[in-house]
Amino acid sequence: MKKSQVSFKVNGDAHRVEVFPMARLLDVLREEMQLTGTKEGCGEGECGACSVVVDGRIVNSCLVPVAQVDGSEIRTIEGVANDADLHAVQQAFIEHGGAQCGICTPGMVLAAVDLLERNPQPSEADIRTALAGNLCRCTGYMKIFESVIRAVDNAHR
Amino acid sequence: MDHPIGKSFPRKEGRKKVTGQALYVDDLSFPDMLHGATVRSPSPRGKITNITFGGDIPWDEFTVVTAKDVPGANYVALILNDQPYLADGFVNHAEEPVLLIAHRDKYLVEEARRNVVIEIEEQPAVFTLEESLAKKAIVWGEDNIFKKFLVDKGNVDDAWALADFIVEGEYETGAQEQLYIENNGAIAIARPGEGVTVWGSMQCPYYVHKALVKLFDLPEEKIRIIQTETGGGFGGKEEYPSLIAGHAALLAWKSGKPVKLIYDRAEDMVATTKRHPSRTRHKTAVSKDGKLLAMEIDFTIDGGAYCTLSPVVLSRGTIHAGGPYSCPNVRIHSRAVATNVPPHGAFRGFGAPQSIFALERHMDQCARVAGLTPEEFRRRNFIHEGETTATSQVIRERVDMDALLNRALQLSDYHAKRERFARENARSNGDGSFGIKRGIGFATFMHGAGFTGSGEVYLQSVVSAEATSEGTVQILAASTEIGQGTNTIFSQIASEALGVDFEMIDIIQPDTGRVPNSGPTVASRTSMVVGKLVESAVTALKQTLIGAGLLSEAYTTAAFRAACREYVTRFGPLKTSATYEPPPNVHWDDEKYQGDAYGAYAWAVYVAEVSYDELTYEARVEDFVALQEVGRVINPVLAAGQIEGGVAQAIGFTLFENVVWKDGRMANNQMTNYIIPTPVDIPPIRVYFEENPYAYGPGGAKGIGELPMDGAAPAILNAIENATGASFTHIPLMPEQLMERYEKEPSLVQG
Ligand code: FES
Ligand code: FES
Repeated sequence: MKKSQVSFKVNGDAHRVEVFPMARLLDVLREEMQLTGTKEGCGEGECGACSVVVDGRIVNSCLVPVAQVDGSEIRTIEGVANDADLHAVQQAFIEHGGAQCGICTPGMVLAAVDLLERNPQPSEADIRTALAGNLCRCTGYMKIFESVIRAVDNAHR
Repeated sequence: MDHPIGKSFPRKEGRKKVTGQALYVDDLSFPDMLHGATVRSPSPRGKITNITFGGDIPWDEFTVVTAKDVPGANYVALILNDQPYLADGFVNHAEEPVLLIAHRDKYLVEEARRNVVIEIEEQPAVFTLEESLAKKAIVWGEDNIFKKFLVDKGNVDDAWALADFIVEGEYETGAQEQLYIENNGAIAIARPGEGVTVWGSMQCPYYVHKALVKLFDLPEEKIRIIQTETGGGFGGKEEYPSLIAGHAALLAWKSGKPVKLIYDRAEDMVATTKRHPSRTRHKTAVSKDGKLLAMEIDFTIDGGAYCTLSPVVLSRGTIHAGGPYSCPNVRIHSRAVATNVPPHGAFRGFGAPQSIFALERHMDQCARVAGLTPEEFRRRNFIHEGETTATSQVIRERVDMDALLNRALQLSDYHAKRERFARENARSNGDGSFGIKRGIGFATFMHGAGFTGSGEVYLQSVVSAEATSEGTVQILAASTEIGQGTNTIFSQIASEALGVDFEMIDIIQPDTGRVPNSGPTVASRTSMVVGKLVESAVTALKQTLIGAGLLSEAYTTAAFRAACREYVTRFGPLKTSATYEPPPNVHWDDEKYQGDAYGAYAWAVYVAEVSYDELTYEARVEDFVALQEVGRVINPVLAAGQIEGGVAQAIGFTLFENVVWKDGRMANNQMTNYIIPTPVDIPPIRVYFEENPYAYGPGGAKGIGELPMDGAAPAILNAIENATGASFTHIPLMPEQLMERYEKEPSLVQG
């Protein structure tokens, strides 16, 4: 297989990389661009640790061949905070116990941010459904749900 | 200043974690780094007869390490030192590491690994604890037994004659995968002459250190182990990292280059440790007024192919087998046996969830036979201050299981629900249609914190504190942050003891080149035991400043800073240390297995409400109340997070997580077919604490981390019995087993 050029935007910046077209987006982000905030938990689309947003849709980057994102806009965990200002979801995760070991956290935060952008007033059932593809082994999810609810409250204060 | 203990300070390293800046081992890379892979045994047991390096692979570009390349001792130094780093001519379990390969190209390494063929002349193997006990083949030592214990209190034999009822039961628990979301991994740099440095995901840097000193036959100061941010452990990164760190280091030693060795999920699940499967038999003598007269308990765990930590897991399981009850005559026979599966290992609870599952299911059976409700039966037997546990430990702290039970039953609306469910379940049976049955059940239990018996005395843990010229205080401890909150808790303890701001405390990353040996991060010991050392070390620091005349008894944060600065300028570094000292009057007899098994226990009552769908055979937990007394709660949000996470894992252990074995190998080693609870599976977990400060814990705290793993499984199965009338004795309880049972006994549906 030959390498080819793929262009896309990551967190607002344009990039052009020379990669194998079937390389996983996850590896390209982590290895070519040193964006290691996106994690690998399973490599088979089960855990959501590798979640990123591609053209407004949350996807598991371990299942996406990089050729598929040619011309796309990608948002990773590194693009969620606005410089020093954390997103309300990130702040709430710190304060309300939404992160323990932190390995699922980038994916969880992105999934929660994505939910709030689509649905600014989610019910607990909405939150559970939106996060259904993101597994956490540490928290038992209670504090993650609470963090998302608090982030909603804070955004509306 | 306000008191930091008891407040929910935000997680110290939280910002790094929510922004993706926290660096886990796979996020690190070094110039010129190679990628390693492990080539494993295809068979469960036998002689290695041939190894071929095939395929279209440029083998001359690879570094290859076999048992012959080990510079020191080819075993993982732990308890019996029987597990080799690399199999040397003989394998004892499927997926046992046989050789290591490394190359610059990570994708090529993976392809190369698949092109190594290991041929084995197979020998008879045993795959279950029954086969091992029956000596179907002798696969370890003379009798397949790693370790045995006998606890003998009172006189069990004389009690049977006095019993009004004798209740017998047998209970089993399956293997469980820790399934931390970050897989195991390590990076090593090693040069003959210079030494070995390893970065890795781990709970116990000094375990790895001890193992690598032997593996390389190097002096202690030549081995340096650094913990990177760790994405969950739950015991799964207690002993295993010694193996993977050694493998990375062997490859680095031979190649002269940094080597990264990271498992993918399939490898992590198939090759690393799991919870010990268990079988427990109970025979109990009960009087007609519902008193426990004698308990005879036979407890067996499957240790897998090598001894590793099994004796210690067995010990904790044995001691917890008698529960929070006062019974004059108790005999517990226990043993850890060898099988040809990958060694089972540490997993939150460490043997206690297994024996407590059996006991708390059995207590419901005893209650039924004695004609009492589950709560009344337990009330008649609860242990009180001044009474003794199975190991004859006199409980000297205040304990009120009755009050805990009252509160838990009230919080869960137990009595009203039990009545309502009985009515509704009966009604829904009337028309012969399928429906939803509901039930509610509970478990009452305790969990000892810290190492068992004299363990803490042998460990001799040390913590240091150092004041900097900026006036901040650094805590130097080997206790790792693995998500449970070590960094935050230690900062709170230090800031409370010093009376200075939380922000002034820095927790130093565990690095054996820099921090003293505070013992392993296991056994619910970090807050209670190591936290106490943090408290003592910083108190010594404060005393030094006062003694030097730089600080008065009452001071502000600013005055403290100034004093530190002044001290360092005048006298140089200011560092103090504290070494473990046992609380007074703790006596343990390792021979007889009698005495004070643990310095302190956490006490708990967990209540589960379940629904059971007769059409799909699916049991679900609908509501969960977890009430516990854990001494003083240092950080309520973190503490509740520990309980919720543990209960969720325990729900998985009970109803979701089924390791499918095929010839000693896990067949469903993927997250697609080994299912853990997801955000839509978990009921509301309602956590409550009673606080009863423990005199020898920092700020009054006891241990908490493992407790939530203990009580959920029996509470859920007791609830399922309440819903269906069927008593299940095996977990995981999957819909298939429920279906089988119903097809055999259709009358159960009619309740
Ligand atoms: S790593 Fe992509 S879903 Fe798990
Ligand atoms: S915080 Fe550890 S997996 Fe979610």
